[in-house]
Amino acid sequence: MIKNNIKYLAILALGLVACEPEFDNPIEETNNFTSGELDLSNFVALGNSLTAGFADGALYITGQENSYPNILAQQFKFVGGGEFTQPLMADNTGGFAGNNDTFPPRLVLVFDENQEPVGPAPYTGAPSTTDITANLGSTFNNMGVPGAKSFHLAFPGYGSLNPYFERFQQSATSTVVGDALALDPTLFSLWIGNNDILGYATSGGTGEDHNMTGNIDPSTYGDSDITNNGVFAQTYAGLVDALAAGGRKGVLIDLPDVTSIPFFTTVPFAPLSPLDETFGPQIPTLNATYAGLNMAFAALGVPERAIEFSTTAASAVVIKDESLTDITANLTVAITPVFGPLAPIIAAQYGQARQATEEDLLVLTSSRVIGQVDTDRVAELVGLGVPQEDAGQLSVIGVTLPLTDQYVLIPAEQTAIKVAQNSYNETIRNLATANGLAFVSMKSQLAQVASGGVLFDGGVITSTFASGGGFSLDGVHPTPRGHALVANGVLDALEKTYGLVVPRVNPGEFGTITVSNEVN
Amino acid sequence: MKKLLLLVLFITVTAVTYAGGYRVSIQGQRAMAMGHTGVAVVNSAELVFFNPAGLVYLENKLNVSAGVSGIFSEVIFQNAESGVTSETDNSVGTPLSLYGSYKVNDWMAVGLGVYTPYGSEVTWPTDWSGSHLVNNIDLAAIFIQPVVSFKLSEYFSIGGGPIFVTGSVNFNRNSNRTTTDINGVRSNVTVDDSGVANWGWSVGAMFNPTENLRFGFNYRSEIIIESEDGEATFANFPNSLAAPPNGPTSFTAELPLPAELTIGLSYEYKKWLFAFDFNRQFWDVYESLDITFGNGAPASINPRNYKNSSVYRFGLQYEATEKITLRAGYYIDESPVQEGFFAPETPRNDSDGFSGGLSYAITPKLAIDASFFFLRFDEVDASYNSYQENGQNVPFGGTYESSAFGPGLGLTYKM
Repeated sequence: MIKNNIKYLAILALGLVACEPEFDNPIEETNNFTSGELDLSNFVALGNSLTAGFADGALYITGQENSYPNILAQQFKFVGGGEFTQPLMADNTGGFAGNNDTFPPRLVLVFDENQEPVGPAPYTGAPSTTDITANLGSTFNNMGVPGAKSFHLAFPGYGSLNPYFERFQQSATSTVVGDALALDPTLFSLWIGNNDILGYATSGGTGEDHNMTGNIDPSTYGDSDITNNGVFAQTYAGLVDALAAGGRKGVLIDLPDVTSIPFFTTVPFAPLSPLDETFGPQIPTLNATYAGLNMAFAALGVPERAIEFSTTAASAVVIKDESLTDITANLTVAITPVFGPLAPIIAAQYGQARQATEEDLLVLTSSRVIGQVDTDRVAELVGLGVPQEDAGQLSVIGVTLPLTDQYVLIPAEQTAIKVAQNSYNETIRNLATANGLAFVSMKSQLAQVASGGVLFDGGVITSTFASGGGFSLDGVHPTPRGHALVANGVLDALEKTYGLVVPRVNPGEFGTITVSNEVN
Repeated sequence: MKKLLLLVLFITVTAVTYAGGYRVSIQGQRAMAMGHTGVAVVNSAELVFFNPAGLVYLENKLNVSAGVSGIFSEVIFQNAESGVTSETDNSVGTPLSLYGSYKVNDWMAVGLGVYTPYGSEVTWPTDWSGSHLVNNIDLAAIFIQPVVSFKLSEYFSIGGGPIFVTGSVNFNRNSNRTTTDINGVRSNVTVDDSGVANWGWSVGAMFNPTENLRFGFNYRSEIIIESEDGEATFANFPNSLAAPPNGPTSFTAELPLPAELTIGLSYEYKKWLFAFDFNRQFWDVYESLDITFGNGAPASINPRNYKNSSVYRFGLQYEATEKITLRAGYYIDESPVQEGFFAPETPRNDSDGFSGGLSYAITPKLAIDASFFFLRFDEVDASYNSYQENGQNVPFGGTYESSAFGPGLGLTYKM
């Protein structure tokens, strides 16, 4: 009897065994994920701020975690990818402790009580705590160095020029590429060259174009200069030679158009609205004053420089175009009957002035100054004997005081950038082909973001500033969602060239900009 | 031969219990062992739940049944496109039941039941890929029900009584797929409330055309749990005028416990008893889970669009010895979730339930009841399509596979 009972209980107990759910077709077994020809155990990424995960004008932890190389490394883990280390900053504020003048904290988007965006501002909710002098003591898989130009990667002692590299350089004479190779990578990526034109572009073309100067000594180049095409080609070939030595596999990424990033597309050339409470009422007076100048322009044979503001539509800002012939001397003579003793000063102010056209690109930072009174200029004019009131009226930036070079990319400057970019990209593409490396055209990918936008499951990613989702608040660097697009582009290229098959990431699961009212 | 048949029943037809949605059908150890049939089974005080009309036909003056089960459930998820896999880490659910009945005289019996017919405890890994829908949820409802049962004749009885419900909920999920605070920690909301009370009722009838055959009918009313005094806690939202403030606020929400109709029969042949129940659950009342917040944050609107669903239950009982009664059951449990509304907070698709169990009479008055159930789900490719970003639907889906099983123990006392 008892035996029977035990038997029944034993049968019951059998039922308890093995009730864990299991898929009929678990993806670990049925997927077609494969590393193809790649050994992903030690992936090393080289580049500049884009590779480092710099965003919102700063380098900070979550930006680094969402850098495209780190996203790639996570996907590589489906097929044997190794650990991917990054030289993480100490906080999510960004910038270096005690050096916020040069390395400011990240930008956040500020909103008002009506939940309308006010604009980006530096985050002040927590101080920058990263020590600018501390060396982290090891080398990292992410070798992206914010600010680096092509020739910096092979420049011994670059760390002394750039604290972002100084943080993890192996010695005072290290090169970025040398330290990277010391890791013995099994796969590399290289996205460099952006800063060889971008520094010039973001400075409004204030630097030198060394394709014009013919200077081929990069050690003499300034931050805002365009690297000579020959120098770039030679430098880049050297980098690829070193990285691809011994048949090492890798991916090269080309350079997007600067005109596809919001830093250059956000501020319209004609931002002066007649509906503006300050500007609107002054239009008749301004036009009356400019009428005298316009007659002189006509008389001097440059009627196209005439300046006039519309009372019904937005007007173009007044800019200084340094490519124009300086007519200060003749203008002084021409306007003396009208302006009397002020004539020389006014003529100097408008000697190379014109209104902007749709061919001109105003940089993002110009939005902060347009319509503002330049107090330095006021003081200068007063010093020259101009009455205070007149001095004030002559110093409204973009309205009476022409926007200076640093705020405008005029067509000639855009052409200089384009010439360099085309040459660099040809170099990159040719070297990828010659070395059998994977190649990603970020130029065409970003062009798509900038033109129609890229669809994802929650909307469209565009290059519209702040709201487009692709670009962070500095208008230059991608958001995490933008990095997701870059990562997918690289995965496409690695699949095409090396047969790597891993899942793409969903851009919709990556964030965009950060809102915060913790600002001063 | 008979023993072999029993073995087969035990091994292949063990049985069980969930029903779709957040209904947890384990309201009696004996019924559970028989596929949770019971609307026409006169066996124990479990009738308080299954059909109060039957209480008056119990032989003994006093009947008490108490039991508890442990539910071990797990759900796994994978998305072949993204390569994402996740699995739940649920704690053990413990539905319990306590029933007593007392025969006042030949034509009237009274009873009292305390049971937990609704609950859902699902815990996904925090910030998993469906975290904008749910990180974890814990629902529970305790029903307390006095009943009275009248025998109108040897053939027919009726019964019923009011139900007092007290419920609780704890539900956490991320605000959306991407929003974080300045440190990258995902913004999330927890709603928590307990002691939410309301009333309902149930009625039953039983018809015994012959000595061996019974028909039963039972209806339990819909009960809406209206949460008004709970607390919603916003956490890790960015410190911005564009985001809701972090910290606690009030919320309101309604969760329906749907009405349920059961009809069934039982037939007794020598030492065998066969039972069949048909449950119809009126889930169509669960159209949307809408949560409004006291801090002005946008309301959370979550279409559910459930449909009415049915469960077909078969149970068998065999008096093996004087002391041992064996039971087995099988049921087909339809999910109320419609295509495109498969949310990971209640990831239930159609399932087959197998149950088994036994009673062992320690004394003529006291018996131990044991039950066991196992739910077999087909893996299902399903998605929830009503989550929105920027006014457009963003489906979340993949392949789900669930399992649930639960052993239970109880006592039956009669005098």
